Amino acid sequence: MSYPPNARVIRLPCSGKIEILYLLRAIEDGADGVMVMGCLDGDCHFMNGNFRAKKRVAATKRLLEAAGVEPGRVEMYNLSSAQASKFAEMIADMTDKVRKLGPSPLRKGATE
Amino acid sequence: MIVGERKPAAEILEMTKGYGKIYVAGCGTCVTVCLAGGEKEVGVLATFLKIAAKKEGRKIKVVEGTVERQCEREWVAEMKKHVKEADAVVSMACGIGVQVVAEMYPQQPVLPALNTTLMGWPAKHAVWLENCRACGDCILHLTGGICPVSRCAKQMMNGPCGGSHDGKCEVDQGTDCAWALIYERLKATNRLDWMSKIQPPRDWDLAGSGGPRKTVKEEEVIDEGR
Repeated sequence: MSYPPNARVIRLPCSGKIEILYLLRAIEDGADGVMVMGCLDGDCHFMNGNFRAKKRVAATKRLLEAAGVEPGRVEMYNLSSAQASKFAEMIADMTDKVRKLGPSPLRKGATE
Repeated sequence: MIVGERKPAAEILEMTKGYGKIYVAGCGTCVTVCLAGGEKEVGVLATFLKIAAKKEGRKIKVVEGTVERQCEREWVAEMKKHVKEADAVVSMACGIGVQVVAEMYPQQPVLPALNTTLMGWPAKHAVWLENCRACGDCILHLTGGICPVSRCAKQMMNGPCGGSHDGKCEVDQGTDCAWALIYERLKATNRLDWMSKIQPPRDWDLAGSGGPRKTVKEEEVIDEGR
């Protein structure tokens, strides 16, 4: 099994640990896209972590939109830890979506 | 506690345009607990402002900081260096904090990032209910510990009104009728006869209708002249 090499995996104890700030900082630093992968709806080991993640991804999208950045650069995906091929497919899907959006407009930033 | 919520991001962006150096100031007390203006929210807003500026090709510098309480001069004094170096301060405190910062640094534009919404009870995580409106003349001893001033849409002193239906308020079916709650509470504590006691009209001056309010604890006031 292989997946696009341009994805970098950052592990969290649960998708519910995701913070809006993590997603924004990645975008600010010039990431073309960020995907949050959580467990399947209803299958969270911590009850509702993936639902929390979904809400935070939605809130991040709203902020990006207000900032003039395509909200599609941040997406939420759900899969189980046993779905390795799905994992690869999802990364390919996100890579495809981000490629269509083009490189991040923030790559050559001017802020300190 | 005092509860607020962040203004729409686009509104904050609009008010900060034109400033090159921005100090985003959080408050570590009420608005931290209500997840609106603490250290974490300061980080989100500062990053948002940087992303928006980068996208537009504007050069800005955003500094983040959070003091214990923006409603007290002693803590606001700690911001001095950052405030002086900034072109504008974006305060994530409640309206009181914003005004203290503006008063202490009158030469700096101080912009509010929050709408102060209410004085609230955290009924559950991230949900706050306005159970007190600081009306200045508490009657909770007469109403079974349930406030009709803040929790009745009509602020009735002798309720319920005809709009109370199945324990819900006619204004919003998702809101309990305060007077239905008062009835149940008085019944449970064997004080149901209190329901028929007529409450006289209130003095709404105490609730703010008489102009800005001030609370003074005379015996504790430090008179600098003596």
